[in-house]
Amino acid sequence: MTDAVQAPARVALVGNPNSGKTALFNALTGARQKVANYAGVTVERKEGVLTTPGGRTMHIIDLPGTYSLRARSPDEAVTRDAVLGRLEGEPEPDVLVAVADATNLRLVLRLILELKQVGRPFVLALNMYDIAQRQGLRIDLEGLSRELGAPVVTTVATRKRGIDDLVAAADALVIKHEGHASVWHEPSAAEIRAAHGEAQRIMRTYVKPAERPDTFTGKVDGVLLHPAAGLLILGVVLFLMFQAVFTWATPAADGIEAGFKALGELVAGVTPDGLIRSLIVDGLIAGVGSVVVFLPQILILFFFIILLEDSGYLARAAFLLDRIMGFAGLHGRAFIPLLSSVACAIPGVMATRVIEQKHDRLTTIMTAPLMTCSARIPVYALIIAALIPNEKVWGWVSLQGLVMFGLYAIGIVSALLVSFVIQRLFWRRHSEPFLMELPAYKTPDPGGVLLQLWQRAGIFINRAGRIILPLMVLVWVLSTFPYPPEGATGPAIDYSFAGMIGHAIEPLFAPIGFNWQMCIALIPGMAAREVAVAALGTVYAVGDIEGSGLAALEGIVGSQWSLATGLSFLAWYVYAPQCVATLGVVKRETNSWFWPAVMFVYMVTLAYGASFLTFNVAKAMGWG
Amino acid sequence: MSNADLDAGTPLSLASVGLSGVIVRVDGTRAPGMLEPEELERRLLEMGFVEGARVRVLHQGLLGGDPIAVKVDDMRVALRRSEARAIEVNFD
Ligand SMILES: Nc1nc2c(ncn2[C@@H]2O[C@H](COP(=O)(O)OP(=O)(O)OP(=O)(O)O)[C@@H](O)[C@H]2O)c(=O)[nH]1
Ligand SMILES: [Mg+2]
Repeated sequence: MTDAVQAPARVALVGNPNSGKTALFNALTGARQKVANYAGVTVERKEGVLTTPGGRTMHIIDLPGTYSLRARSPDEAVTRDAVLGRLEGEPEPDVLVAVADATNLRLVLRLILELKQVGRPFVLALNMYDIAQRQGLRIDLEGLSRELGAPVVTTVATRKRGIDDLVAAADALVIKHEGHASVWHEPSAAEIRAAHGEAQRIMRTYVKPAERPDTFTGKVDGVLLHPAAGLLILGVVLFLMFQAVFTWATPAADGIEAGFKALGELVAGVTPDGLIRSLIVDGLIAGVGSVVVFLPQILILFFFIILLEDSGYLARAAFLLDRIMGFAGLHGRAFIPLLSSVACAIPGVMATRVIEQKHDRLTTIMTAPLMTCSARIPVYALIIAALIPNEKVWGWVSLQGLVMFGLYAIGIVSALLVSFVIQRLFWRRHSEPFLMELPAYKTPDPGGVLLQLWQRAGIFINRAGRIILPLMVLVWVLSTFPYPPEGATGPAIDYSFAGMIGHAIEPLFAPIGFNWQMCIALIPGMAAREVAVAALGTVYAVGDIEGSGLAALEGIVGSQWSLATGLSFLAWYVYAPQCVATLGVVKRETNSWFWPAVMFVYMVTLAYGASFLTFNVAKAMGWG
Repeated sequence: MSNADLDAGTPLSLASVGLSGVIVRVDGTRAPGMLEPEELERRLLEMGFVEGARVRVLHQGLLGGDPIAVKVDDMRVALRRSEARAIEVNFD
């Protein structure tokens, strides 16, 4: 008997987008899934576990938000299938938790009427109850519970309030073990209207309108969504963001740089001269150090992105840019996956699941990798620092920061142009309807922001350890062996495998101005873009050039590369598909090898063309 | 016949910023586009654009006043004027 009572149970979180399901999931399970203030953050099913005070194991399932079980986009289909128990190898949930934004109940009440047809017992979690109370919203909890035939609990997911009550209510439903077979079907327009009428009646009976409704959002929007000022502010925000990436990071980056240099010298002092020292100092410390130096820049970028996401501004940016995106045959919402790609194209590609139309989604997937991802920062920053003078223009704008901003702008414009070609010329499509909720502004919670930054730093360091470190060993081996023959005159690296490979493919890249060291760096650079910087560092360090580390590399690039070559390398990195992981996720999301192949070919073509053009124009300008 | 006349409102797509009123009809056939009329209608309904709901036009974009941001009861929603044609409003 007790066994049956304490059998494991499955509990799924369902509700409108942005109602706090993931925040609740994190509070319940201790997970750290991404929470942000716009609709469509969660695009896949996530599972976590908790143990009730009575000892029952509960599998908690977080799902993408939806307005209806009808599922119009791939992410919503996940929710529908999970709720209806249609996912392969997964039984239907024992209990549903309908998560509602307590300040915005009308739409979720209609969704709940749909959920009731599914036949699973459910508990209603009135989340964001702190905001509801601040607004003086009065909800008759008992009446609502009676009306819906389900327990109602109030929660504040971000403060972990009401969590115990929620677990207890869900547990009680598991024990009661009620429910009936699903009678859900896709509602027609008439049925949706009828359900709305019912939801409206429930609202009127049990919810007293807010005494102090939120006026802040309206006031802020008056400025941020002003037709002209709004666009200007958006431009300034993005401009400051990329300037900051370049200018604020310097002190911290210098510190890390000095740290790695000291580490290198320390190790060099205690290891015997020879292979081991070369491997550790030239290969590992210099290679990894030259990438880790960029941690401050990447954190600054993420700091801005997190603020945009958590405040609720992102949806406004999508609103302001809708017309421009419309020109490219997409709608404003596609801007959100594109902006996510500024962090990394992989979450960007996944975020396209919120796009309903298959073609629009494909186009967004194909263009997302053109957005400047954070892995490009080390490459851009190296070349810019080495070849662009550190001057101020107009008295206060850093020229290097301006070039950085330019590269980001080129990425965005290219993404729009490619999407224009695909959507308007190739598929001759117009964009699907644009219907997007504009969430109320929220003040980002400092602790939450710090936690996310901490996670980001962890991911970055982890990458440096798992991908860059082993690759550096490989690059070092290839650049060191075989040794030059007796009596050889040229630099030793010319005789190594790396030298041979580099020289072999150099002719292919000569028309775009690449030297053989750059050619070598491109290959491990496929694993992750920033590896190219580390690989260059190792190749040059092994090649007997004085010193190692980023400063030394900057010196080498500054003295040995022409400006034309440097610009050509930048152009290559704007377009080239230098990232296997992105191609992999495109394969997964499109379920075919065709699209990643198309992506690879079109991006390589663009990259080669752009580099060729850049190199030759720069040469003609006398920068050769 | 007379019922339709009574119900007839102004398309939301024609509204300028600041106007508010009550939705009197949501009809997908009024906004031919990529979506089937029935599908557009269901999407609008699911987002809260339903007969009887109060709407107020809050903001509009720079080019051609598109898209628009409207308040539907307590929720802010952005949409394009081309789809807003499907929503007829009795403005105050
Ligand atoms: N004040 C307050 N804010 C909350 C609460 N719960 C969530 N939030 C905030 O609401 C926003 C949305 O939270 P999420 O957990 O991402 O919402 P979601 O339902 O998972 O959203 P989707 O994944 O897009 O469907 C975030 O900015 C949260 O910080 C709460 O109880 N009180
Ligand atoms: Mg979520």
